[in-house]
Amino acid sequence: MQTSIVDAPPGRSRPRVQIVPLAGLPVVAGLLTFVVYAIASNKFWPLMLCHVAGGALWTSIDLFVGLAIGPIIGGMSPAARAEFSAKFMPKMVIIMPTVVTMTLATGLQIALHLGTLGLQNQTRNWLVASMVVVGIMSVIALGILEPANIAVLWEMNKPKPNPEIIGRMMKRFVYTAGITGVMQIATLIIMTRVATL
Amino acid sequence: MSAERKFPKAVEVATVSLAAVVTGGVWLGSYAPRRPPLGLPAVLLVIAGVLLLAGIIMITRVTGFSWNTFVRVGRWALLAYVIAAGMIEFAFVRNHTRGAPLAVVTGMLVVFALDVPFIIATTVARYDD
Repeated sequence: MQTSIVDAPPGRSRPRVQIVPLAGLPVVAGLLTFVVYAIASNKFWPLMLCHVAGGALWTSIDLFVGLAIGPIIGGMSPAARAEFSAKFMPKMVIIMPTVVTMTLATGLQIALHLGTLGLQNQTRNWLVASMVVVGIMSVIALGILEPANIAVLWEMNKPKPNPEIIGRMMKRFVYTAGITGVMQIATLIIMTRVATL
Repeated sequence: MSAERKFPKAVEVATVSLAAVVTGGVWLGSYAPRRPPLGLPAVLLVIAGVLLLAGIIMITRVTGFSWNTFVRVGRWALLAYVIAAGMIEFAFVRNHTRGAPLAVVTGMLVVFALDVPFIIATTVARYDD
């Protein structure tokens, strides 16, 4: 009998993949509540905490997943890749939208707070450039990467997962993670430039 | 002919719609806190809405499309992106965006909050039996 890449070892049933880790949702709710507080109060420290912590995590995770984890996944055996993905990808489902929301929502507020988007401000063009980079990354992440992530997890939960669909979606995930990882280098250059002008 | 070839380009069309609202959002954001010219964002909003509608019509014509899966995945994704869009709307309202600019922002966020769940749910449902 031919085995699929997500077949369980003999004598063991394949565990069901939890697509959205429910245990993480209270943490997400707490963080988003803090973001709302930061924006509503317009206090500088909470805004900077959300923006810097969220941005650092977003950039680091994108770089690490795109340039380190992605190639490792690509080189794994199909069975190992499936097992790793079943545990890794649900975490990404809740971590990435949360850190992205933290970073972007407070980023605009900080720019308004500091007046750095003003026409005469020398940081303005750099900030607009960062918005363009973020815009491109968000279309790639929301239009290609995240749907592929969910589709892999959904496929794995089927009684007979289709290895061809999982392979195709994983390839899409790995490539797009690599692209956003490289684009995060532009974010690092822009943000360090803004901070030192 | 494979299922991949037969399925209409609904996801691709919705992704272009998403790109249109993101471009409009960057345009509006780059003018903050001044009142932005609304011509380009309004055109992008109309284009994005039409493309999203086209994507929806495309999948309604697919025989045997798994609407059950589409709804099961789409409703949770919709909930998540309504919350995300709500937070962005809150940031604009908090910063005194009013009138026509707020209407355009709200329209873009509505399309955004529909685009992403549509793309996710269609990507998943197309491979369901």
